Amino acid sequence: MKNIDSITHVSGTSVYLDDVPVINGTLYGAAFGSPCAHGVISELILDDALQLPEVVRIFTAADIPGHNEIGGIIKDEPLLADTHVHFCGMPIAFVVARSREAARAAVKKIRVKITSLPVITDPREAQAKGELIVPPRTFRLGNTDSAWEQCAYVITGNADINGQEHLYIETQGAYAIPQENNSLRIYSSTQGPTAVQRAVSGIIGQPMHRFEVIVTRLGGGFGGKEDQANTWAALCALAAWRLNKPVKYALHRMEDMAMTGKRHPYAADFKIGLDKDLKILAYEASFFQNAGASADLSPAVLARTLFHCTNSYYIPHVTATGWSCRTNLPPNTAFRGFGGPQGMFVIEAAIAKAAHVLQVDAALIQRRNLIRSGQPFPYGQIAESEAPLCWEKLEERFDITEQQRKVKQFNENNSLFKKGIALMPVCFGISFTNTLMNNARSLVHVYSDGSVGISTGAVEMGQGVNTKILQVAAQVFSIPADKVRLHHTSTNTIANTSPSAASATADLNGKATLIACTAIVERLKQLAAVTFAVTPADITLVNGHVLVNGLPSAWDWYQLVTTAFAKRICLSEHGHYATPQIHYDAVNEKGHPFAYHVYGTAMLEATVDCIRGTYTIDAVKVVHDFGNSMNTDIDRGQIEGGIVQGIGWMTMEEVLYDRDGKLRSNALSTYKVPDIYAAPATIAIEALQTDRDNLAVFRSKAVGEPPLMYGIGAWFALQNAVRAFHPNADIPFVTPMTPEKVLMALYSTTNPETNHPHAETVSHLGIDQ
Amino acid sequence: MLPVLKFILNNNNIATSLSPGMPLLDFIRYQQHLMGTKTGCNEGDCGACTVLTGELKQDVLVYRTMTSCLMPLGNAHGKHIVTIEGINMLPALNPVQQAMVDNCATQCGFCTPGLVMSLAGYCLDRTPASTEGAIAAIDGNICRCTGYKSIEKAAAQVATLLTDKNEQEPALFAVERQMLPNYFSGIKDRLKCLIMTLNGELNPPAESKPRFVAGGTDLYVQQPEAIQEHPIRFLLGQELLKGITQEEGRCILGASVTVSDLLESAIMRKHFPALDNYLQLVSSTPIRNMATIAGNFVNASPIGDMTIFFLALDTTLELSDGQSTRTLPLRELYTGYKKLRKRPEEYITRCWFELPGPDTGFHFEKVSKRQHLDIASVNSAISITMAGNLIGNVRIAAGGVGPVPMLLTETAAFLKGQAPGTAMIKQACAVAQLEITPISDARGTAEYKRLLLQQLIKAHFITLFPSLQVELLL
Repeated sequence: MKNIDSITHVSGTSVYLDDVPVINGTLYGAAFGSPCAHGVISELILDDALQLPEVVRIFTAADIPGHNEIGGIIKDEPLLADTHVHFCGMPIAFVVARSREAARAAVKKIRVKITSLPVITDPREAQAKGELIVPPRTFRLGNTDSAWEQCAYVITGNADINGQEHLYIETQGAYAIPQENNSLRIYSSTQGPTAVQRAVSGIIGQPMHRFEVIVTRLGGGFGGKEDQANTWAALCALAAWRLNKPVKYALHRMEDMAMTGKRHPYAADFKIGLDKDLKILAYEASFFQNAGASADLSPAVLARTLFHCTNSYYIPHVTATGWSCRTNLPPNTAFRGFGGPQGMFVIEAAIAKAAHVLQVDAALIQRRNLIRSGQPFPYGQIAESEAPLCWEKLEERFDITEQQRKVKQFNENNSLFKKGIALMPVCFGISFTNTLMNNARSLVHVYSDGSVGISTGAVEMGQGVNTKILQVAAQVFSIPADKVRLHHTSTNTIANTSPSAASATADLNGKATLIACTAIVERLKQLAAVTFAVTPADITLVNGHVLVNGLPSAWDWYQLVTTAFAKRICLSEHGHYATPQIHYDAVNEKGHPFAYHVYGTAMLEATVDCIRGTYTIDAVKVVHDFGNSMNTDIDRGQIEGGIVQGIGWMTMEEVLYDRDGKLRSNALSTYKVPDIYAAPATIAIEALQTDRDNLAVFRSKAVGEPPLMYGIGAWFALQNAVRAFHPNADIPFVTPMTPEKVLMALYSTTNPETNHPHAETVSHLGIDQ
Repeated sequence: MLPVLKFILNNNNIATSLSPGMPLLDFIRYQQHLMGTKTGCNEGDCGACTVLTGELKQDVLVYRTMTSCLMPLGNAHGKHIVTIEGINMLPALNPVQQAMVDNCATQCGFCTPGLVMSLAGYCLDRTPASTEGAIAAIDGNICRCTGYKSIEKAAAQVATLLTDKNEQEPALFAVERQMLPNYFSGIKDRLKCLIMTLNGELNPPAESKPRFVAGGTDLYVQQPEAIQEHPIRFLLGQELLKGITQEEGRCILGASVTVSDLLESAIMRKHFPALDNYLQLVSSTPIRNMATIAGNFVNASPIGDMTIFFLALDTTLELSDGQSTRTLPLRELYTGYKKLRKRPEEYITRCWFELPGPDTGFHFEKVSKRQHLDIASVNSAISITMAGNLIGNVRIAAGGVGPVPMLLTETAAFLKGQAPGTAMIKQACAVAQLEITPISDARGTAEYKRLLLQQLIKAHFITLFPSLQVELLL
């Protein structure tokens, strides 16, 4: 089934935030961000800006009636800077004017005097200075201290992983409209309507029920609108509340890029020990997360780095520690994978380095250590593993050995171009790692004409969640899809929602819908049973017909619904679902945090132009664990999109801050995401359909995040291609692998066994001028 | 009073006295309330705001895709502007839209109208249809959701619908096949009538000191607000500034020639057989449709692709201040970073260069972080004329290695009179290192740019002299 929004999308009639018709008298906002990454505000000069025609008012921290605080996990983030600024772009003032142009012009006229304080952009520096968001966390399995002596080989190294700009094509924004009796309706481009509602409530200092947050759909989110939509909604709400006028703010791209956080950059150290049979016995990793200036979601992101620090492998002795480091960058935030990809990159780097030192194929080490059912993850959950099966099926379906032979042959016959191949297994846990967030609600109405309307807490952002929810209802009611309609997401209809994130939205909201629809069906069956003098178990609904003991009756869906309506039977249901079985003890770092895991293995192939340092990622071939996909159209789209986004993160997407904490890659001209020619020529996806029972809706496993991590293989395929040209090339584990890094590696002369000091390898934090 | 702008927007005649410097995108969305055209990046890099621009050229109706965020309203004057609303035939989907749906080529949907417009533009193209062509037509559209594979399939499906379009007028073919609404068949006549009613050019007030705007693709990225505050003299529509002609061995280009015009020029294609490959590396289809060569010159970016291309050809410029004209070699235009040997009231009218003869080899190289639709880390062009087995006249232009687009004169001097060989090429690379002064920025570190220029010089020779023993250059 195609995405139910397809027709409005292709005809340009889908409504996004900036398309909501504006009400007469609407005012337009624009935020003034700090020009300086760290300092004390000594004077804010608004006079010139206020003189401009059409400017209505400029709001500062002093105008906030409630608490100047929007932090979600930790209360450490002011909406508007009051005395201190902590990152470049931190909002200091909010201009409201009669036109968008006037608001933007006024922002340019604002002046601020700031006494500079030292700027930290490097997480290791922050850690050394004790600038931590939360205390460090350590995951332990076995005992690494005593394991090293059992190892035949011990290899150490480090990695520097860059961030990633979400680059949702629709920028952030909000539109707040005053309603009667001191309340606001707020349209927001957010993945977390409740988070917005909570933030607004805190800023205005009024209870949540005064604020309705509505989301029609998002033009992309990828995690960037999970927590960071709050700022713009709170600013618009503040202005709308104080002025009693509608206030709208859709960010300009450069404002969005400069003021919002990204995927977290990480620095990491690793130590890996193997026995002579290449079994990994021990693994230690230290993760230095670049959290930015405030907590945002960083502690949760860091937790997932630790959860996924061993990726798809079973390692009996593990010690992994994560530090969430406070720096003077915009607060980094959720991004598809949520810390998992960084954890996985480091274990893959450790394996790659071991393979290089031992002169064996990394795939040999990878395969030999895949986790099997019954083995524990470092956090104690016992694997129900599909990892070996995915690898075997990849081998069988895409012939890894033959591909490797072809690549070897190509490299022997070509001097200007070299190919590289890499395998990338992925294991990703599904559930919010914060157990309490794993719940959702769905409000299902069957109208008296038999049509069905559904509201859930899910936010549609292209991932197709509404299509899947519609499928659930159509299947339970056994009616055609066109009888079901998904309503926009609103905090008035569904309260206390978790954000649409963690790949779990279709599971949680789909299950809640399943519960609600099933409850309605039970009541309808009861009615039919009485009417036909049978038991409810004898009634089935099939293709819009009511069957009694498997035989057609005189009733169809319409008759059933109208009769129920006439008999005053409730045709609505509010379904609530909370994921069972999951629990976690954060003190001992042990438990069963995930409803299930998604597995998969990818083989990636790259070709490097050895003269120019340019390259192509030629093919990605995947065996992916779908469970039992309920919508292959949507799921394949998620996989292809995730792969290309992951490849982008590993190759061309380079977030550049200068030493003063100012974003240099601040527009699409300086920050490059994959275009159509950058997509691999081949993406082949083979389904691993499994019969194993799982907690996914209709056993159709979550698919949003896991495929992104297949893209990590692009980095290692490029590394292998460079090594085919220059076997001792110096290739530090620094991402992304831009054409610059490839060319420098192709013609590198230094000894590859030297670990570079951090500052010399992190070009993204050290560009001059 | 501001001049009245007239154009056709979808099926409606528009006459407006709004500021001609306003971006077309803002006019479409916030004046006309046509919300299908999306705002993505405001710098022509995402394609979400793509519209079609139909224009009569020598009595032929030509449609091109353009990014409306960079297009001043003034450049719509006398044209047919088509937004997604203008190609809708709801409740039916047109075949482009159907192809997108059939192939699951839309996820969040925000980039989708732009993609549909680019493919609709391809349906109105006059070249024979192919999957590659259809994909090239969407090279300016960024999608962050799909990973493009489904979009490629949709493009291929569109291409198959166009295989039998033959010589038929594209707009009529599209209407006949119900690819576009019926009103498209009347646009040509309507544009003819419209043009007759336009009272000459869209001129700024006589006493004003206008800014010059051609395609707008650089100006509207760098100073969108500032431009709108000035009276503007629009150069793109001026007939005198158009056209590519040949006079004996000399090629003469009007200043408003766009990159797409170059690509379509028989003269250019004949003398630069690899032109497609070079220009595919220059921005994207909609930007190539708007960006002019003279605009690239006066933007004075040290890495302007067309500047580097024409520097290697030793192009001569003609400048006018409205009263008198003068000529200036392109290589003398730049006096420092973004500084020009040009007075504010002067604008380029045309330029010319000697077409390469049989003894001259030309090649263009560009490397950027992303291969397509990106600004170069380093770019370079070479023009090399052989005198027997020896190098005669040679010019190497290089961008991204100094404050201005450079001609590597010392490297050229070193090469002159030598026979092409790997040792000599390596020495030339060393000479080039002494001429350049790259800096570290978002496009790469200085160290990288030095290495890259060296590699591109090698690439020039490997391409132009295939018999060289390339292993010795690695």
